[in-house]
Amino acid sequence: MEIAVCLKRVPDTAEADVKVDATGKDIVRDKLASTINEADNYALEEALLAKEKHSANVTLVSVGSQPSEEVLRMGMAKGATAAARIDDAGLGGSDSIALAGVLAAWFKGKSFDLIVCGAIASDDGNSQVGPALAELLGLPHAAYVTKLDIQAGKVVVKRELEGGFLDVKELALPCVVTIQTGGNTPRYASIMGIKRAGAKAIEQAASVKPDSRTQLVRVYVPQVVSAAQMFEGTTDEKATKLATLLKEKGAV
Amino acid sequence: MSSILVLVEHRQGAIRDVTFEMLTAARKLAAPAGGKVEAVLFGDGCDAMLPGLQSQADRVVYAAGPAFKDFNYESYQKALVKLVAERKPSAVLIANSAFGTDLGPSLAVALNAGLVSDAVAFTKADSGFSVSRGMYAGKLVADWSVGSEPAVIMVRQSNFKPEPASLSGEVVRWEAGDVVSGGKTKFLSLEEVPTTGIDITKATIVVGIGRGIKEAKNMPLVQEFAKEIGAVLAASRPVVDAGWLPKEVQVGSSGKTIKPKLYIALGISGAFQHIAGMKGADTIIAVNKDPKAPIFSVAHYGIVDDLHKVIPVLRTKIKELAS
Ligand SMILES: Cc1cc2nc3c(=O)[nH]c(=O)nc-3n(C[C@H](O)[C@H](O)[C@H](O)COP(=O)(O)OP(=O)(O)OC[C@H]3O[C@@H](n4cnc5c(N)ncnc54)[C@H](O)[C@@H]3O)c2cc1C
Repeated sequence: MEIAVCLKRVPDTAEADVKVDATGKDIVRDKLASTINEADNYALEEALLAKEKHSANVTLVSVGSQPSEEVLRMGMAKGATAAARIDDAGLGGSDSIALAGVLAAWFKGKSFDLIVCGAIASDDGNSQVGPALAELLGLPHAAYVTKLDIQAGKVVVKRELEGGFLDVKELALPCVVTIQTGGNTPRYASIMGIKRAGAKAIEQAASVKPDSRTQLVRVYVPQVVSAAQMFEGTTDEKATKLATLLKEKGAV
Repeated sequence: MSSILVLVEHRQGAIRDVTFEMLTAARKLAAPAGGKVEAVLFGDGCDAMLPGLQSQADRVVYAAGPAFKDFNYESYQKALVKLVAERKPSAVLIANSAFGTDLGPSLAVALNAGLVSDAVAFTKADSGFSVSRGMYAGKLVADWSVGSEPAVIMVRQSNFKPEPASLSGEVVRWEAGDVVSGGKTKFLSLEEVPTTGIDITKATIVVGIGRGIKEAKNMPLVQEFAKEIGAVLAASRPVVDAGWLPKEVQVGSSGKTIKPKLYIALGISGAFQHIAGMKGADTIIAVNKDPKAPIFSVAHYGIVDDLHKVIPVLRTKIKELAS
């Protein structure tokens, strides 16, 4: 069985002060740490679990600049078989469907039983690439999967719906699934794995010309309209004010 | 502008709120440009939903049949491709929900249309539409232009306020054709996530913890704090994903919606999926070390500080006040 996993390297912005750069269309990235997209880490784990259970090969693919190879190496250190990087030169400002087109061009002529993507990217928050890629390749898909069960010629998935429900579906193989966070426990790479991955070759591929149907006009920091009363002072002073408030609210 | 199609999202016999939010937004978009709003209902035996939609739209296109008994993106997509070819709408609105996300991107590819997901605002532009959406978990907004029609717009849930309307849209019964042939996916069942008995929706005081808690070894600190103030401990999604608390205490769009008297958010950034589940609390207090965290936009009281420093001091102060 041949499994492919699409991985994205994203800036880690959870605790960072995000600033817009001079182009007005991107953020200032030089001070930000980067990491594997959270949902992709769960997607990778799902593929590695399938590899162990069904003795599959797992091929990683990422669209990005050279540093994206970090996430590919990390994935190989955890047990993936091979990796490819599609260079993102000329892709600036492309939308997610154009990106799915770039991936689809790489997948054409290759034969995978299962393509696994993260359900959503933490930077653009789009949730588009997996299902769009499936459609471009003429494959069925399931988005927001938290449980994946590979059977003969098909997969049974549980898709997470709002409000505590799961949509249980069957898909014919080959297919594309996008994995939502929380369905497994992503492993850490071992020191041995990291050493072995460092020596492996990464296939270098060029991107086809992107075909964006939408254009990014600008990005900006929203005005946070906060009506909140902020408690100021030292930690001690703030805690005292909060304790008094909690007493007023009947929590003490 | 021609028409705006709004895909009705329903589950287990009930129309989901986001449908009325989209219909309201669609009316505001269409009215100034002389466009019409058409609600599109795919379902099996959903006639009872029609009156509620007729008052909200200029037309209700209703395709009925067993193929639409349960949501399946494949049959929905095939039907919409046919409908769009016939009706030539300016835009198709779909919820940015779990159903909508399974459908929107592949539909846009099949229509060769521009797509913007998670839209929070949109207006008609000279050609096509201008659409705003969040990025970086709400730290940025991005404006996109969709130059061609139809535009496919996936609309964020709980973002637009649904408004009443008194239209009387005619119901057009429409034949979707053979939407199941060649299907490669099959709906099996709808399952409810099992629970173990903690019901955070009944609690008066809730302490919500987020990724700012950092490590499992810090859990006792917040557990004891919650106990001391008579609160139930709840969490944002990453804490549940990490397995530190059970799924049933997750607050947000894929967890529970709660309306306690008091909600205390500790180390939670305030992603819209989280806010959707707790914005109805009477009083919201947020502790976060990032002054720009979006949680402060819904909080009534805020402290910018390290929760690991604030909570121990706070516990001492509370003990002093209580004695
Ligand atoms: C389909 C879908 C459904 C989702 N459903 C839900 C849902 O139901 N509920 C939900 O919560 N999320 C949900 N999410 C995830 C959501 O998008 C966010 O990723 C999540 O809410 C972030 O959780 P967080 O605020 O705990 O973590 P982060 O966003 O990582 O924020 C951590 C915060 O802690 C602060 N912090 C860090 N250290 C400290 C410290 N020492 N002291 C004080 N503050 C500190 C940081 O400044 C930051 O603001 C969903 C996502 C998707 C795609």
